[in-house]
Amino acid sequence: MTAPLLDIRDLRISFQARDGSWADALCGIDLSLEPGKVLGIVGESGSGKSIAMMAFLQLLPRGTRVQGSAKFKGQELIGMPASRIQRIRGKAIGCIFQDPLSAFNPVKTLGQQVVEAIRLHDRSISKRAALKEAERLFELVAIPQPERRVRQYPHEFSGGMRQRAMIAMALANKPDLLIADEPTTALDVTVQAQILDLLGDLRAELGIGMVLITHDLGVVAGIADEIAVMYGGSVVERGPTDPIFYETSHPYTAGLIGAVPTLDGTGALKQIEGTPPSIFSRPDGCAFHPRCGRAGDACRVQTPRLEPHGGTACACHFPLTTLREPVPS
Amino acid sequence: MAMTSPDTAGFSPRRRFEGTRDIWRRLPITAKIGALMLLFWILTVLTVSFWPLADPLAMVGRRLQPPSTANWLGTDALGRDVFARTMYGAVWSIPIAVVVVACAVLIGSTLGALAGFFGGWSDSIIMRLVDVTVSFPPILLAMAVAAVLGPGLANASIAMVIVWWPIYARLMRAQVLEKRENEHVEAAVAGGAGSLRVLGVHILPLCWAPTLINATMDFGQVVLLAASLSFIGLGATPPSPEWGSMISEGATKFYSWWIAFGPGMAILSVVLATSFLGDGLRDVFDRRSA
Repeated sequence: MTAPLLDIRDLRISFQARDGSWADALCGIDLSLEPGKVLGIVGESGSGKSIAMMAFLQLLPRGTRVQGSAKFKGQELIGMPASRIQRIRGKAIGCIFQDPLSAFNPVKTLGQQVVEAIRLHDRSISKRAALKEAERLFELVAIPQPERRVRQYPHEFSGGMRQRAMIAMALANKPDLLIADEPTTALDVTVQAQILDLLGDLRAELGIGMVLITHDLGVVAGIADEIAVMYGGSVVERGPTDPIFYETSHPYTAGLIGAVPTLDGTGALKQIEGTPPSIFSRPDGCAFHPRCGRAGDACRVQTPRLEPHGGTACACHFPLTTLREPVPS
Repeated sequence: MAMTSPDTAGFSPRRRFEGTRDIWRRLPITAKIGALMLLFWILTVLTVSFWPLADPLAMVGRRLQPPSTANWLGTDALGRDVFARTMYGAVWSIPIAVVVVACAVLIGSTLGALAGFFGGWSDSIIMRLVDVTVSFPPILLAMAVAAVLGPGLANASIAMVIVWWPIYARLMRAQVLEKRENEHVEAAVAGGAGSLRVLGVHILPLCWAPTLINATMDFGQVVLLAASLSFIGLGATPPSPEWGSMISEGATKFYSWWIAFGPGMAILSVVLATSFLGDGLRDVFDRRSA
């Protein structure tokens, strides 16, 4: 087994409420990613999927408490001084954001912005050479007429093209890890498929590891090697992609899969009743129990731990493939 | 980026920004008039010494003569030509306003941008300084500072900068606070850009429009304040043909209305011109508040 590219251990993030108490946005998660693999992180809004990534890049607002460990190629990122993390951001770790229009500086051409991204980390490259590289990157992400497109402004690009440019910029410094935070959420369905294909191709060509954050199971199904499902600040189920879909253990994962439209389109989509809890009023025990059809007494009291179950690891007292009986205490 | 190849015409439907000509075309008619009036004064400043005018400091005729073909705006109490003095007055007032506004914008914007971007104690210190400064009526504070420094246009200019910079500090701070939350700023940080680079490259280029609009409008106000300081004897010293001091001289000769009329109209035209132009620029650059 190779050394993991990214190794997150017991990462815990807390925000301070107005009354001074601390609320956990992330209650100690473990995740790891091998080089060249794709990890999909799936969850509803507020489940903590994005802030986990923002935490180790130190992009969270000041006053956020981050505990635990996140190692990138063996280096501890949590608590790393700003000057060193600045050299990793955009160099070894590239980021793709949800809305490619607002993620670009509106008053500079895309070429200028890619040039800046390159020269920020290597001053020895001339502007001319960097612009050539920008054109090559645009070509790599299948933007037609790259030599003309690098001279255009973000508003002159369509949504899909803009996301391609965003990916090109994230790839500018040949990162080892690409973090894509809902890269397709702001795009049309057909364009979504194109962008996902592109990400899949790039991963095969360049061998970069990816973390794909999304709320759409369909997005990660085709591309991820591993999936982590998050709910209420914890990873509730984790495993290789196929077992997540075919040997689902956690009721929440099952609920998400049940909410995906099927091709034959028979019957109404199943929804998960209720809404996710706010981080300030998370229920005791399993965070999912108020919305769970299988919840028993143990769920209200004891927080389940992530344990191997079938093909995945699952944090549930009553995983789906077992009979509903109380856990032996 | 004006070189658009022909094939882009159908490709990017949104209009490209075509530079100064484009701005001019979009300005309302009042703003165009304002711009032309301002241009007239600037040209006057640059060329007035070549004009066939009477010497503004020399006695050219009898005292207190009403307007005539020889002296278009009459003569003042010392027999100097009021029209010539009014034109030469621009050489004092306009450059002072330019320098004062430029310094105030530079100082105020820099401090405001730092306050907005870094927040914390730097924000508190700078903005409390702003609060203290704006809590005095501008003319009173300018008078106090000018009185301490002593009369003279240079000291009056310093006084006006001290009065004016807080406006730009507040303006820039508000802009930076707003633009700082843009996602592209976070994206730049995630790309490895340092604080000063984020501020200079990704925030400030988006913040200049309100400052430009305000600076244009303030230009007239500074001319007015400079004249006010001279009027009460804290600005230009006689015999220099400064508009404020000319009005001051005219104020004692109530029945010789023409002495104050020339400089008065000059001040009026500058203030009006900058207001018109500033309003027009706001229509072009900042549509939210239009």
